Amino acid sequence: MFQLSNDAKQKVLTELKRYESKQSAVLPALYIGQKENKGHITPDVIRELSKVMEIPESQINEVFTFYTMYNKSEIGKNHIQICRTLSCMLNGSNELTEHICNELHVKLGEVSKDGNFTVTEAECLGSCGTAPMMQISKQDGSSRYYENLTNESAMNILRGLK
Amino acid sequence: MTASASETKYLSEFYHLPEFKNLDGYKNNGGYVQLPKALKMQPQEIIDLVKASGLRGRGGAGFPTGMKWGFLPKNNEPRYLLCNADEGEPGTFKDRMMMEKAPHQLIEGMIISSFAIGCKKSYIYVRGEYDDSIDALEAAIAEAYKAGFLGKNILGSGFDHDMDVYRGAGAYICGEETGMISSLEGLKGQPKLKPPFPAIQGYLKKPTIVNNVETLAAVKYILRDGAAAYRKFGTEKSAGTKLFSLSGNIMKPGNYEVPLAFPLKDMIYGLGGGMKAGRKLKAVIPGGSSAPVLTAEEAERALLDYESLAQMGTMLGSGAIIVIDDSKCMVECLANLMHFYHHESCGQCTPCREGTGWLDKITTSILAGRGRLSDIELLLKVADNMKGKTICALSDAAALPVLSFVPKFRDEFEYYVREGKSKVKGTAFKTPSYLSAGAH
Repeated sequence: MFQLSNDAKQKVLTELKRYESKQSAVLPALYIGQKENKGHITPDVIRELSKVMEIPESQINEVFTFYTMYNKSEIGKNHIQICRTLSCMLNGSNELTEHICNELHVKLGEVSKDGNFTVTEAECLGSCGTAPMMQISKQDGSSRYYENLTNESAMNILRGLK
Repeated sequence: MTASASETKYLSEFYHLPEFKNLDGYKNNGGYVQLPKALKMQPQEIIDLVKASGLRGRGGAGFPTGMKWGFLPKNNEPRYLLCNADEGEPGTFKDRMMMEKAPHQLIEGMIISSFAIGCKKSYIYVRGEYDDSIDALEAAIAEAYKAGFLGKNILGSGFDHDMDVYRGAGAYICGEETGMISSLEGLKGQPKLKPPFPAIQGYLKKPTIVNNVETLAAVKYILRDGAAAYRKFGTEKSAGTKLFSLSGNIMKPGNYEVPLAFPLKDMIYGLGGGMKAGRKLKAVIPGGSSAPVLTAEEAERALLDYESLAQMGTMLGSGAIIVIDDSKCMVECLANLMHFYHHESCGQCTPCREGTGWLDKITTSILAGRGRLSDIELLLKVADNMKGKTICALSDAAALPVLSFVPKFRDEFEYYVREGKSKVKGTAFKTPSYLSAGAH
């Protein structure tokens, strides 16, 4: 059964006091919960946050399901999000996604067998002048943009990841 | 050809300096000179100056900034300034550059603007994916507190102001100002009916002004040079410079700052370096994916200002120019955008929730070679039924590409339906193998 660490609880409590309204802390708290649970959120995470925040589970849950950056299922150690929207598409993002999925032997949304990768498509990541691009997020929530990709450069980057 | 076209680096003058990101580098290049000056002025003088400058919102709607500020109630009720940094309009990447290269420029603009509107607390709502922007802003805000530009009694003026960053979590709709306010309140980012406008009832039901990054960054330059000098750029109704994000099938994509009313062809063939070898221009989306598309012929004579583009039936929007060359299939481009809007519809208004779904389904089915001629009329009919019927503009934003792509490139749509393949590519769209059932 998932439990928030004391450190995470403290962070949630700090967020509760940070904004003019307690409810404003729901988005930051979900990030804290996600980080604690290896990059995705489960009903247990919501239950824990609800207890610490004294905000009903239903109110946290509807926020959780609304936003794409809260992961609904397990992700690999590296969450590869390839931008698919128009400027990236015009510069070959479909082909890039196909290449990466083939090389890693995964379909979109799956975790690779070694647990290292999940590939998903993302809508416009605001990096259109350096298309195609991908964002790689770690389970702790840190992330980085990789831009001006080719099939080869993308695979070199992925091979270099742990 | 217009190879001589050059930028007017007004806001972006020092973006090439890595140190401009830090307090010292910013101060050495004219930073925090306007703030002390502003704090000695009457707040109303600053509002009047911004009104006189003709500055309009740079996020998309182009609403006059000074007029928006003027809607705030004239009393001492607490109010908020909310900086819209949820840059999500496909094709737009200027705010990210501004926050990463010049966070203090935004912060100084926000403190001055807050003083003008009598606001003691401001938030910068940054899209959740922009890690580097958030880091740059948080570091710069900490520096500004330490230097006494934020906090209590700023520079001995008696004016108090606090600033914080709020991280979004991946929802295009939060770029809509009332959706953003819902999100900042810790709720689903669903837009609210206007009126009441945020200036009357916004964050926590308190008066709130929502302005784009580029808009707020411009304020200190208006203070520095005066309204008349600012108006020397652009036209009477579209004053000032603007950062344009150029992307798509173009040699030199990037952000370019030019005066409003700059010719689109100079942007594409001059600053943008033109098309790739052997390619011809087919179409241009001039103001972010929601702006109706222009044909190559229309693009040749378009000027990049609010009025000129409106006259051509499109819009300046966020200043995101997406260039499409003759090797690309317009059916595929439209299907790509319809998938985007379907994904991003917040779901509260039926015409948008259902309409974006149908537009996505119909365009996808045409791409798969399963289209019927009646589908083309159906696309237009569905889009037409989505216009002006919803709480926010997302529904219209999804309808407008359909209502411009289909009539202007009808031959491509009809060919695809008749032949089951792309007129341009000669093949049908292959459903990618990476899609597992239910991945979307």
